[in-house]
Amino acid sequence: MANTITAVPRDHFINDLAGVTQNGSPAWLGALREKGKQSFVATEFPHTKMEEWRQTNISTVVKTPFRSLTASTDHGLSADSVAAYFYAPDTWTELVFVDGFFDAALSKQNTLPKGVVAGGLNAAIHDSHPAVEKHLNQHVGDRNAYTALNAAFLQDGAFVYVPKKVVVETPIHLVFVSSTAAKDAAAHIRNLIVLEESAQANIVVSYRNAASNATYLNNVVDEVVVGANANLHWYKLVEEGAGGNHLNTLAVAQSRDSRFRGFSFSLEGAVIRNQICLALEGPGAECSLEGLYLNDGERLIDNALTITHKAPNCQSRIGYKGILDDKSKSVFTGFVHVHQEAQQTDSDQLSQNLLLSDHATIDTKPQLEIYADDVKCTHGATVGSPPEEVIFYFRSRGIDEKTARGMLTYAFADDVAGEVEIDEVSKRLDRWVYEKYSPKF
Amino acid sequence: MLEIKNLKASVDGNPILNGIDFSVKAGEVHAIMGPNGSGKSTLASVLAGNEAYEVSEESSIEFLGEDLLDMPAEERARLGMFLAFQYPVEIKGITNSYFLKAAVNEIRQSRGMDELDQMDFNELLKEKMDQINVDLAFADRDVNFGFSGGEKKRNEILQLAVMEPRLAILDETDSGLDIDALRIVSDGVNSLRTPNRAFIVITHYQRLLDHIVPDFVHVIYKGRIVKSGGKELALELEEKGYDWLKETDQATVSA
Ligand SMILES: Nc1ncnc2c1ncn2[C@@H]1O[C@H](COP(=O)(O)OP(=O)(O)O)[C@@H](O)[C@H]1O
Ligand SMILES: [Mg+2]
Repeated sequence: MANTITAVPRDHFINDLAGVTQNGSPAWLGALREKGKQSFVATEFPHTKMEEWRQTNISTVVKTPFRSLTASTDHGLSADSVAAYFYAPDTWTELVFVDGFFDAALSKQNTLPKGVVAGGLNAAIHDSHPAVEKHLNQHVGDRNAYTALNAAFLQDGAFVYVPKKVVVETPIHLVFVSSTAAKDAAAHIRNLIVLEESAQANIVVSYRNAASNATYLNNVVDEVVVGANANLHWYKLVEEGAGGNHLNTLAVAQSRDSRFRGFSFSLEGAVIRNQICLALEGPGAECSLEGLYLNDGERLIDNALTITHKAPNCQSRIGYKGILDDKSKSVFTGFVHVHQEAQQTDSDQLSQNLLLSDHATIDTKPQLEIYADDVKCTHGATVGSPPEEVIFYFRSRGIDEKTARGMLTYAFADDVAGEVEIDEVSKRLDRWVYEKYSPKF
Repeated sequence: MLEIKNLKASVDGNPILNGIDFSVKAGEVHAIMGPNGSGKSTLASVLAGNEAYEVSEESSIEFLGEDLLDMPAEERARLGMFLAFQYPVEIKGITNSYFLKAAVNEIRQSRGMDELDQMDFNELLKEKMDQINVDLAFADRDVNFGFSGGEKKRNEILQLAVMEPRLAILDETDSGLDIDALRIVSDGVNSLRTPNRAFIVITHYQRLLDHIVPDFVHVIYKGRIVKSGGKELALELEEKGYDWLKETDQATVSA
């Protein structure tokens, strides 16, 4: 399977691999990277003739010859500048990653329960934390050329480990900052999150931009393992710079009776693709994927969700909302795959989109593949703008059309934001929505 | 305060109102009756400024000395026009309280008054809710969302009370209400009658006019006022039914 798009540069990626220090890495990691490299060599970059990418044209990313960052940079970020990205540094653990590399000095560590690890993945590898070798790259598989690259360049990112029955009350915040050193570069970021049986945690993941309008790529792979009866709330906020591209694959593996609630907020960035591959592997597991994307300008936002029901009596929910303005392009796919043994599956999905411009487009589709016979699967999608009679109702109460549309947009977004159980996060979202669509009030 | 002359309105070239004349003075209550499809709601919509209807060049409407026809709906509302809709829309995600505060402050702003802050507004809202006897829980519910038919009508009256318009048009606010709900709604309206506020009460049924007693009754049929009179006209209509109109209409045609 040679690369058929000859115009696309890719050798620089191979060349940059030389910068990845193999020294001091365990042998299994060297093998893992080598496998990633081989897979990259054998895999085409995404293009619109591939079914999965048919509506998602990321050629602006593919054609940019990004350097790969293989060591922490001389980023020049101060503790003060980074503090602006923290939510609650007095109580939360706020871990800072600059261009993908953990920066302990900039981070805020607060006391965590015994046995909990929250820090850099590279450090965990060198400490030989048993969960790392056990889980790293075991859950994501080869999804595409970028996930392969991510494995080939695998060095750092976040590692969070919560032992059996341990409850982490205060949120752990992973703050990924792109610095000016990221200009024209790709950061291959790998995050591994492991919750053992009956563990519980809240993780907030932010992508923030300190690179002004620079073009850069965050190529992120998250692997999340939710053990039996464990419970994880995951909040991801993409606030990249105007030139910041964000390609992410989040792989979630859920054991029996586990709960995963994942929020995804795509607020700013050039090309944003959030792929989620979630597997319900044990009976009684439940997941809920909720999201809000604010798309405008000529940006592209793609949310590609796949939930695989592999065991009986599992529940999955998808609820995404998009606000689509200008000439933006959005793609939403909710693929639910129900294996034959996954009887009593209960699954629903809803994709709701508010169109603010006639030139914005959305391709939204559910895809169901069901091999079990006793299942309940529902899906729905809406795309539209407020009906004229609703606008007239506002006007008849003295509220002009512009304000009415602002209020309605705010209300539409608030529906998802209102579900967020962490005040700091919901306030942040409120600010985004308010500033983008501010009604007069 | 309201002067309607030769009002003709159409949708997509289909005439609905065919020349309506009448005027309303401060403090008066006018009832407009007529069978379904005669143009009552259209009249109300045109007065409120719904641009879905094309109004003829020959028509004129003056409200509080201003020419209404070129005025956008929101400005009419700020001037003191209020329409209680026959079918109020549901607005998910926006609470009554938030919505009404926005409305009240738009109106205050247009009149050069200070905006009400949350505390002052809450006080106003509570006072109005007491006055027209609606449940305090209304404040935090989304506008009409999931409301029963009767609740929607009461919510329209609550908005009326809060917005304190000069002219209130009630479009079939009584339809579908049981007698208790009707009493609450009409007590609410009666409590809002003042010497400088006028009402146009559109109804299909005479029953409402036992509770809100009008000064004048107009009967509209096929887009025209075919009869005007005092409150006794409603009773006459009740007795004879709308068929009587249709007969007279035919009589006029054949004459
Ligand atoms: N927006 C509209 N588009 C098309 N026809 C309309 C519209 N509004 C009203 N009509 C028509 O005008 C006539 C009068 O309607 P309406 O004013 O609602 O009557 P009423 O309120 O007296 O029952 C009806 O035949 C109705 O179908
Ligand atoms: Mg009507």
